[in-house]
Amino acid sequence: MGGVHPPENKISAGQKIIALDPPEQALILLNQNLGAPSKPLVKKGDEVKAGQLIARGEAFISSNIHSSVSGKVLKIDSVMDASGYKRPAVIIQVKGDEWEESIDRSKGVVKQISLSQKEIIEKIKENGIVGLGGATFPSHVKLMVPEGKKAEVLLVNGVECEPYLTSDHQLMLSKGEELLVGTSVLMKGLGVDKAYIGIENNKPDAIGHLSELCRQYKGIQVVPLKVKYPQGGEKQLIKAITNREVPSGKLPVEVGAVVNNVGTVFAVYEAVQKNKPLFERVVTVTGKSVKKPSNFLARIGTPVSMLIDQAGGLPENAGKIISGGPMMGKALLSVDTPVVKGTSGILIIDEAHARRVPLMPCIRCGRCVDVCPMGLEPILLAQLSEHEMWDKAEDQKIMDCIECGSCHYTCPAGRPLLDYVRLGKNKVGQRIRNRGK
Amino acid sequence: MNDVLIFSVISLSAIGIVAAIVLYGVAQKFKVIEDPRIDEVEDALPAANCGGCGFAGCRNFAEALVDSATQHENIDDFFCPVGGTDTMNAVAEILGLSVEEKDPQIAVVRCNGSRQNAPQKIVYDGPATCAFAHNLFAGESGCPYGCLGLGDCVAACDFDAIHMNAETGLPEVNDKCVACGACVKACPRDIIELRPKGKKDRRIFVSCINEEKGGPARKNCKVACIGCGKCVKVCPFDAITLENNLAYIDPEKCKLCRKCVPVCPTDAIHEVNFPPRKPKPEKKEDGEKRGQPAQKKEAAEKQEAGKKNEAGKKNEAGKKNEAGESDKTNNE
Repeated sequence: MGGVHPPENKISAGQKIIALDPPEQALILLNQNLGAPSKPLVKKGDEVKAGQLIARGEAFISSNIHSSVSGKVLKIDSVMDASGYKRPAVIIQVKGDEWEESIDRSKGVVKQISLSQKEIIEKIKENGIVGLGGATFPSHVKLMVPEGKKAEVLLVNGVECEPYLTSDHQLMLSKGEELLVGTSVLMKGLGVDKAYIGIENNKPDAIGHLSELCRQYKGIQVVPLKVKYPQGGEKQLIKAITNREVPSGKLPVEVGAVVNNVGTVFAVYEAVQKNKPLFERVVTVTGKSVKKPSNFLARIGTPVSMLIDQAGGLPENAGKIISGGPMMGKALLSVDTPVVKGTSGILIIDEAHARRVPLMPCIRCGRCVDVCPMGLEPILLAQLSEHEMWDKAEDQKIMDCIECGSCHYTCPAGRPLLDYVRLGKNKVGQRIRNRGK
Repeated sequence: MNDVLIFSVISLSAIGIVAAIVLYGVAQKFKVIEDPRIDEVEDALPAANCGGCGFAGCRNFAEALVDSATQHENIDDFFCPVGGTDTMNAVAEILGLSVEEKDPQIAVVRCNGSRQNAPQKIVYDGPATCAFAHNLFAGESGCPYGCLGLGDCVAACDFDAIHMNAETGLPEVNDKCVACGACVKACPRDIIELRPKGKKDRRIFVSCINEEKGGPARKNCKVACIGCGKCVKVCPFDAITLENNLAYIDPEKCKLCRKCVPVCPTDAIHEVNFPPRKPKPEKKEDGEKRGQPAQKKEAAEKQEAGKKNEAGKKNEAGKKNEAGESDKTNNE
């Protein structure tokens, strides 16, 4: 249902992943996952190593945070996050690059899965793995299937439908073997014997490579998918692969599916097989005027400015710097903000394309309704939200919106549909939470 | 022909009588006894239906007033901000009670991050509502506490009392304000506060709610409160508290002496409707309060205060503290 076809612009698709050196100073935010922030375990002046636990997630939906560098804790202070608000962070002055001894740094792929189901979940939790597709939902929570529900199939999301971004694509090409071992680990963790890797048809090399490799792995199959945005949305992927629809307001496990991004699967492989916590990730730095669009393996806490410098510096005609892709990403207020677990890409948009189109009245063409992948009526939701009719907005399932931005993209009148729906979701969400109290 | 007339008159009369009896019976059975004072109280209210009293319109408020009067014989917890004390006295008279005098209030915008003081760093071209922009980012100046300047407060006002100043990009409250609190609720950053109007409309308040430390706050805005605590030390009435790097003047305790205004190194403390300054609050050793050349020295003093702040000379502040205390004893 629905969907749009924005220009793909995958400029950095052919670029191999380059591992970056640690920054001079790492800013590690204490709230890098969906849910409650983590509690710091280190204090000013402490010496830390890369991979050392520096903050523990204590709530049910929260995750551990590890140091991504070795050095001395400069201070625990607030730093500016992507939207300009101050958030608590551990600031580490980097010295050398010493890793925890427990991390297996050998190059070879460890294929033998020796841990039990319970140990796998514990390992994933301990090593702070969160969903790297962007939503940063703690992965161990996903694996703990609620009482009375049963997971039947694992879906691995290699769709990467966001234009420009290529980090998942490169990961599939260069770390194929590791990904398949990771998939097997997750299958064992979930207790399922079937896994599908969904990849859009615009990445034939990745489809070919993984199809070739997965012959050696039992129960894993690659599924080529039609190219459209948002094919990689969790609910859209489940529908495309299993033809099951997740009911409104429910989690995917309701229909027996658990979805994980390829980035997450790779992190799970490293955590379980190599005992390496999640402290670095692949980040695409791209844009039409960027000199060297690239895919970097960057430490969490690296300032965005350093990534941009490595990609040939900030172009003169830069108008907007976006964290994430052009459809769902967020404009950055400052390049001093650090890379977090959810940063999939840094996109630099030219001045000429950075502005919104002029606002005009709605012409009732209904295109937003056509393209909405969740079957909602974006124009109605936006109007309800504009007039603060929260009850009606809730009745119209405003909370089902996945904020993919297709309505906004397709609107010929330039209506800020997603903006209003987001505002409405925020308010309605607050009301629902207050009701529970 | 006559038969038809007589028949119709009789049948209509019969229907009428039966209907009347039924209606009378129903009216007796389902009679609603309503306190007639509710109507009287409602007539005395301003009929603005603004919700400033916390109730859904004037009728609802009137019901609550009468209810409270019959049950507790007390309506001190209720206040109509639009009508003020006059209206409340009128209501009390109807209900046979008396009310405490309450100071009239006014909405105060506690941000001075105008286009000049907090220059724009980035361009926002999304929907022009503060509620949305607040969800999205810190603001065009970068200050995560400051006014977003998109006018949700203006849209919320039913009394034409708050308007955007095109030059500064900040809202300004005029005399029409009745302190209904609609703008306070509309502001997503809680910048607007209801404060007592004060004697002769004179007020002193900290025009900033930034809780960042001095450095980051000043980076975005020239007139941010940096939490230096000079005003706290100079205040003879303990009216100023410093919490989370932000000073707050308690309007109940403030006696409008204006000592805090000149010592503020960033001009974050505002005085409203005061005559031009004559007395010289600092350097009291040189002579008593009045009769000194005013404005030139004041300017010089501000510069000096700024320098002092940069140098961070604590002994200066200490001296002022002593001066403040001695002053307090004098006043007592």
